[in-house]
Amino acid sequence: MSRKRRDVLKSGGGVTLLALVAAAGWLRPGDAAAQAWNKAAFDTRNIGETMKALGGGDPVQSKDIVFFQTPDIAENGAVVPVGITSNIPKTESIAVLIEKNPNMLAAVFDIPAGTEPSISTRVKMGQSSNIYALVKADGKYFVAAKDVKVTLGGCGG
Amino acid sequence: MPGWRKRIGGLRWVAALAAAVCVGAGPASAQTSATDEIAKYRAALQDGNPAELWEARGEGLWKELRGPRKVSLEQCDLGLGAGVVTGAYARLPKYFADADRVMDLETRVVWCMVKLQGFSEADAKRNPFGSGNDKKSDIEALVAYITGESRGVKMNVALAHPKEIEMYRVGEKLFYYRGGPHDFGCVTCHNADNQRIRLQDLPNLTKVEGAQKAYTTWPAYRVSQGELRTFQWRLNDCFRQQRFPELEFGSDVSIALTMFLAKNANGAAFDGPAIKR
Amino acid sequence: MADPMKIRASVAGESTEVKVLMSHEMETGQRKDGQGAVIPAWFIQTVTVTHGGNTVLAAQWGPAVSKNPFLSFKFKGGAKGDKVTITWVDNRGDKRTDEATIA
Repeated sequence: MSRKRRDVLKSGGGVTLLALVAAAGWLRPGDAAAQAWNKAAFDTRNIGETMKALGGGDPVQSKDIVFFQTPDIAENGAVVPVGITSNIPKTESIAVLIEKNPNMLAAVFDIPAGTEPSISTRVKMGQSSNIYALVKADGKYFVAAKDVKVTLGGCGG
Repeated sequence: MPGWRKRIGGLRWVAALAAAVCVGAGPASAQTSATDEIAKYRAALQDGNPAELWEARGEGLWKELRGPRKVSLEQCDLGLGAGVVTGAYARLPKYFADADRVMDLETRVVWCMVKLQGFSEADAKRNPFGSGNDKKSDIEALVAYITGESRGVKMNVALAHPKEIEMYRVGEKLFYYRGGPHDFGCVTCHNADNQRIRLQDLPNLTKVEGAQKAYTTWPAYRVSQGELRTFQWRLNDCFRQQRFPELEFGSDVSIALTMFLAKNANGAAFDGPAIKR
Repeated sequence: MADPMKIRASVAGESTEVKVLMSHEMETGQRKDGQGAVIPAWFIQTVTVTHGGNTVLAAQWGPAVSKNPFLSFKFKGGAKGDKVTITWVDNRGDKRTDEATIA
């Protein structure tokens, strides 16, 4: 990453503009090194702020977003498997938000045409919490939630 | 989060969603118990075990020309002949004539690092338990690689040589030995079915199935530590939890206990490196 | 230079499944060391997966993704013998690129 880009990302000032630019420029085929990171979205503490940083409005609850291989109870919050499949047509991205983490947004996955709108990964949960699967499809936002209990928090120590 | 619920307008959907999740959770959760759910958690972890990263690094270390003599470990005899890694772990610990002692995997790897590569024993034993990307342990990686090559192989520890028999008997005595400020012994925690410390199940090591399940799942990537941990680590940590003096890495005491537990696991297929809480 | 990723790519019918394990601390920046000093955040920020010059997945991560991250997804097209390339970049500017052959 170039020094200039790193500095811009660090400074508080240009972040909102960068977020919009990032949102527009997320998908640049083949341009691996140039992918931007939406700092504003990862610094937010609640859903409203996260949605604003991602450039969206209130999401609509959807039964077409399904969690898979996501247990109800995680033995250790340091590693919580999360699988999300979106059956909503024209899914563009899937984001994972953990309600009670210090910062809600854990990850955002851009789904280009030709890639199945289904991802599986592992996240840290500081405590028992809802995990929100936020899907952007055809320009609109949808959401589903799953309550996951954590027997031992995974953020510190 | 303090204050977030105050933004009513934009967040009604969140409240509705939370309510839906709570209502939905009731009847379903009554049917599946907590143990079932934790079993699902453990199953979900199996796909994509970070231990593989240690296995890959270990394979590299096995083949790399290292130490003062700039030699690889590929001539190391783990008991099945020089350089034979597949299936070797299932037969350890065992008596090695060239060292005239019983060795477990870790002491044997140290032996080869000293004899083949020219490391001093102190250097070879340095940092047996890694801590983060900045303080990785070579031994843990080598153990991950070597044990991975015994995946699926049935445990087959022999008690043929007199020193092997002696090691087993000493290990058995140590298992039942109670000491330390709490008068604990391995047996204190591992003597019965269905025991646990907080939410950690304790295998019953006095029974065959318990012994088999326990021994064949170490080394393991420990999620709670973010590290791959070996059997030497497991024993070291048990000693710490019993408030015993520190168990010396690669000591005869550690080998004796390993001998006892490994032999008791005979017949079960080795299933490591595994992944655990 | 970080340790290599462990990538598995396999094709079944039209669908290529990619599973990857990355070696990274994913330090949250929430923890303190023995002296009480904060351990600085150190985590992968972007992940890009390409096949045949096309991006098949682009991800932005925060420190809440687990240490030694695991990722699994599927894309269409992709034949045995093709290469899948994965690049990650972290908040220190370190990066790692590895490729795997679709089996």
